[in-house]
Amino acid sequence: MPAATATGIDRFSLPDAGGHFGRYGGVFVPETLMTALQELGTAYDLARQDPGFQAELRHHLKEFAGRPTQLYFAERLTEHCGGARIYLKREDLLHTGAHKINNALGQALLARRMGKKRVIAETGAGQHGVATAAVCAKFGFECVVYMGAVDMERQALNVFRMRLMGAEVRGVEAGQKTLKEAINEAMRDWVTNVRSTHYILGSALGAHPYPMMVRDFHRVIGQETKEQILAREGRLPDEMVACVGGGSNAMGFFFDFLEDTSVRLTGVEAGGRGITRGDHAARFEGGKLGVLQGCKTYILQNSDGQIELTHSVSAGLDYAAIGPEHAFYRDQKRINYAYACDDEVMEAFQTCSRLEGIIPALESTHALVYGLKRAKEMRKDEILLINLSGRGDKDVQQVAKILGVKL
Amino acid sequence: MSRLAQAFARARSQDRAAFVAYLCAGDPDFDTSLAACRALLASGVDILELGVPFSDPLADGLTNQLAAQRALESGMTAARVFELVRRLRETSDAPIIFYTYYNLVFSGGVDAYVRAAKGAGADGLLTLDLPPEEAGEVVTACRTHGLDTVFIIAPTTPESRIPVITAAASGFIYYVSREGVTGVQDRVAGNIPEAVARIRRHTALPVAVGFGLSSRAQVAQVAAYADGVVVGSALVNIIREHLGERANISAALAARAADLSAGVGRGVPA
Ligand SMILES: Cc1ncc(COP(=O)(O)O)c(C=O)c1O
Repeated sequence: MPAATATGIDRFSLPDAGGHFGRYGGVFVPETLMTALQELGTAYDLARQDPGFQAELRHHLKEFAGRPTQLYFAERLTEHCGGARIYLKREDLLHTGAHKINNALGQALLARRMGKKRVIAETGAGQHGVATAAVCAKFGFECVVYMGAVDMERQALNVFRMRLMGAEVRGVEAGQKTLKEAINEAMRDWVTNVRSTHYILGSALGAHPYPMMVRDFHRVIGQETKEQILAREGRLPDEMVACVGGGSNAMGFFFDFLEDTSVRLTGVEAGGRGITRGDHAARFEGGKLGVLQGCKTYILQNSDGQIELTHSVSAGLDYAAIGPEHAFYRDQKRINYAYACDDEVMEAFQTCSRLEGIIPALESTHALVYGLKRAKEMRKDEILLINLSGRGDKDVQQVAKILGVKL
Repeated sequence: MSRLAQAFARARSQDRAAFVAYLCAGDPDFDTSLAACRALLASGVDILELGVPFSDPLADGLTNQLAAQRALESGMTAARVFELVRRLRETSDAPIIFYTYYNLVFSGGVDAYVRAAKGAGADGLLTLDLPPEEAGEVVTACRTHGLDTVFIIAPTTPESRIPVITAAASGFIYYVSREGVTGVQDRVAGNIPEAVARIRRHTALPVAVGFGLSSRAQVAQVAAYADGVVVGSALVNIIREHLGERANISAALAARAADLSAGVGRGVPA
């Protein structure tokens, strides 16, 4: 494998003041939201430079979320593949079951600083919704979570978890009833209640400052990983892999390695039933430049600009647009992208469960599919890190259904 | 003078506000929509705001979402929207502006889209999710091809932002009279006169006010201080209520529009 190209780009110079990562990103929202986004940007700028805010966030990440998470040597997966040494970054061990809590905590603290009383969120797999519900319970916010009706069915367990923690879950019946429609509905709520409400967007998506802010709140994943692998192996890894829905776990995992150009970075999209129209959610396979839900990026769309239907076995990756920073680093050839299909995901899900005693989220399993393939091609002295963004508890009912097992 | 400028000038000379009517292009199907738009224009609508159906209309309430869905399901495409405008131009000289979302303008190239819109007979673009900060390419293309660029000012827009918006705008300014998505509401917000006055301090462009107006009295209330009154969801609801009897849509719309637009006069009590 050729070494990744040096980018020569200062990763901290992006985005620019208008939220642009090169030609991607920006702010494309109705006028009613412009001022709220500017206020959010200002509040976030102050918070991120405030040692008090950062210390408080670190405190809650440790005490409430359970950081740091382990970088776990996956001995049997390594043996199984017979190549690179495989490590799993265990974001699945975090409270509420996925990396999403990092961002939810950060934004909740910010919302509190901004004096907001009400929080809304969208959710696909339900993990971001559960994380948001948890932090709202903890900090005493009123909480409304929008979720597509199809996702409510395939992630029913998470719907109940959110409700247990006091959130109101509102089903969205429009369109294909998944993540995209949930975001539309959350934005409509925000347009209507903008003065009282903070919108905790759950991925590195949408209008500025969200992609930057969400990325920053997840950087802790990569920062810990770097320390851990250096302590353990005394050197940087050869390749790192993460799944990419909107792109938050991947951006957080990769960000502190962007300048380490010897480390190959690979994001894995959802190939669904295969790369034909409407059957997948791999934006870099057949998507083109467009504007959706706040930012300019790669989008699955038809020739008129209507957004295409998407499909993935994993609700968290089932979305027509990809975070703008990913589009930028793909152009720079700094991050590579691949995709994994539903059937491969089902197989790797079982392999990981059986060999490691770890049941991964279907989203994270996309990274496993690619990682296991790559490990086989790599030498035994090479190191491969996979971000296990979440645990699969939420998915067991759906997997049982697909496997034809009656619970 | 552009068709939009003429329409506002004519209304002003008659001491009334211009009546701006919104329908979604192709709702519920091409032929019915063509007849409906023609009926509105014949009933004395000054400006037609034509919604271009989009799969993800995040600034719209349920009424307009369903309208867009009906239009798309009936087979509306960009080409058919242009065709609709072309057909309307056969019988009307009233200004027609597109109420649209940026991806529809952007996806095949902004300049090509604007040229095609102009060629079809459209007069302006109102792109809901395109703030002036990102609108350079659209504004340039519209100036080149002679389309007006209508922008929204919201109740949340601080005065410091108004010059940024008016600098990019032409044709008119659209003041949305509430925070929220489109849809009928019972009451007109109380602070609209102040908001309109604030906008007028920064621009000589006409100011149209809308979002949720649904009665002649509300129209009259807004017409007292705005240059234009926009009615949308109240008309789209007529279409929804007549889906089972599409042949009657035009007549019902014309009657409703005539009733509402009777409120635009300033001299006469509503
Ligand atoms: C466990 C898990 N991983 C990944 C994702 C995808 O989001 P992102 O690409 O923002 O990390 C989700 C989204 O719901 C998730 O629940």
